[in-house]
Amino acid sequence: MRILVTVKHTPDLQSQRSFTDGHVTRSAEDGTMNELDENAVEAALQLVEAAGEGEVYALTVGGPDAVAAVRKALQLGAHHAIHVCDDAIAGSDVFGTAKVIAAAVTKVHEEAPLDLVITGMAALDGLTSMLPTALAAELDWSQLTLASALSVADGEATIERHLPDAHETLSAPLPAVVSVTDEANKPRYPNFKLIMAARKAPVAQWSLTDLGVDAATVGSGAARTSVVDASERPPRENRIKVTDTGDAGTQLADFLIEKGLA
Amino acid sequence: MSTVAVLIDHRDGAVTRPSLEALTLARSLGTPVAVWLGAAPGADATAQLGEYGAAEVRVVDGDNLRLSARAAAAVGAASEDAAVLLMISTFVSKEIATRLALATGAGVVVDAAGAELVDGKVETLQTVFAATWNVRSRIESDKAIVGIRPNTTMAAPAQTPGAATVVDIQVDLPETRERVVAVEAVEQGDGVPLAEAPVVVSGGRGTGGDYGLVGELAELLGGAVGASRDATDEGWISHEHMVGQTGTTVTPALYVACGISGAVHHRGGMQASGTIVSINMDPDAPIFDISDFGVVGNLFDVVPQTIARIKEHRGS
Ligand SMILES: Cc1cc2nc3c(=O)[nH]c(=O)nc-3n(C[C@H](O)[C@H](O)[C@H](O)COP(=O)(O)OP(=O)(O)OC[C@H]3O[C@@H](n4cnc5c(N)ncnc54)[C@H](O)[C@@H]3O)c2cc1C
Repeated sequence: MRILVTVKHTPDLQSQRSFTDGHVTRSAEDGTMNELDENAVEAALQLVEAAGEGEVYALTVGGPDAVAAVRKALQLGAHHAIHVCDDAIAGSDVFGTAKVIAAAVTKVHEEAPLDLVITGMAALDGLTSMLPTALAAELDWSQLTLASALSVADGEATIERHLPDAHETLSAPLPAVVSVTDEANKPRYPNFKLIMAARKAPVAQWSLTDLGVDAATVGSGAARTSVVDASERPPRENRIKVTDTGDAGTQLADFLIEKGLA
Repeated sequence: MSTVAVLIDHRDGAVTRPSLEALTLARSLGTPVAVWLGAAPGADATAQLGEYGAAEVRVVDGDNLRLSARAAAAVGAASEDAAVLLMISTFVSKEIATRLALATGAGVVVDAAGAELVDGKVETLQTVFAATWNVRSRIESDKAIVGIRPNTTMAAPAQTPGAATVVDIQVDLPETRERVVAVEAVEQGDGVPLAEAPVVVSGGRGTGGDYGLVGELAELLGGAVGASRDATDEGWISHEHMVGQTGTTVTPALYVACGISGAVHHRGGMQASGTIVSINMDPDAPIFDISDFGVVGNLFDVVPQTIARIKEHRGS
């Protein structure tokens, strides 16, 4: 079983997140691996452990700091790490990013075939959830998204997914791109031995040239959308906080009635 | 005026309210045409689409339209002439948008709270980072696909109704590798679905699993019941009720949080709501930082009083 997991370097949810020049501000200090990608790494490790053989590749695309994301995946137990880093990638939209990841996946797949690419359900900084679909389409592989359960047997992957209107079971032949939700599993904690090993583990560094991707087709120049303005929302004004001394429920009702909400 | 296609969400043959909101928004961008996947709408639904301005109702029927590659081909065939395509932002529509964008070169913005034409290009408004930032994006490509969040435009009938001419679109849908093995419909309660509800009353760990009061207040206010992840994990209430970054994102006019601490994951799914009200025993709970009206108290004391007062007010 050979699985590649995509991981993204994103600002820590608890940090002050912001925009600079129309892009999410990223820095080494408060950056981390996208929390939801932990579920993707976990899903890959569990499949390899269950199969009793196999390898997990962690792949990230991003600036120099993004290497922290694949190091985190190594700490969790991934066997190999790849960091695609090229100035020309900066400012890519989801389609540019998918093109770069697809090229890197293809490079690994050509060395020895992969069974699966597993991604998180969304990146908690952008949350568009579009990348898995874009990647599957670029690769022309099967697409199984939002899995809350995933199994592989007889050359097929099967997932369950919970949509607001229906619970679905979908199957598709390998190789497949699968995105897993945070309900798919409980990510493990890194163990000390792996943390130490991850520090020294090699991380393959690939550029667009290594991948044969034309720089003009990615990056901000090729992006179909651009941020024209980003501003911090002002905090809510005139907030009221009361401590219940017996009539707070009534005060709350009066507040709603006065606002025309009840 | 250019054609603006709107992918209509429908349930049991009826047009959902977010679709009416999207049609309303579409009228400010051009001439709306409705795109309807599945068996053709009945007379009532067609008439309603006309009332909200749809010049045409383009129907594409076929098997397995739940698979995004097939749905994307269907929507693509029905919106070829449209410079702008609006959909309701859901996990499924985002996949359709992605496939269609790759096929057509369109630019996509999802989870938008609004869209307008500026110098002939579509600009969208979004809130990001758990609704702490406003972002305006511009779609540079000739074709724009925008996923709109429910409750961000006030639905209103058109001054001059559209003709709502029903047009059958024939298209060969692509074979897919993915197979639908089973689909089990989720029981939809009588109330409004969470994502569309104008009012959401949510209960968290603080309910201890008792959703009686939360449900009663939701019903009184004409809203839907939400929950935190901890509550759905406990099995107190089904997953469909979960509000948050990995659950449903809601933007109702009123959000009531009962016994919810306000973790960043939860806030990300509700912080853009109009008015936020919370009841929590812990004066330091982070939910108070984003509440217009916060009550430090026990929800089992506070909520019954609130319900009684509202009933009394309505009775008078
Ligand atoms: C990857 C990831 C994704 C996640 N996604 C989501 C998500 O989408 N949505 C989500 O909600 N969570 C999500 N979570 C979980 C989230 O981090 C919090 O753990 C969760 O929201 C907490 O739920 P809670 O507020 O009900 O419980 P708690 O944090 O335990 O808070 C319960 C609150 O109830 C109060 N309380 C107790 N009794 C009473 C009473 N009688 N009256 C009034 N107040 C009372 C307490 O003071 C406390 O503040 C996610 C977590 C992870 C790691």
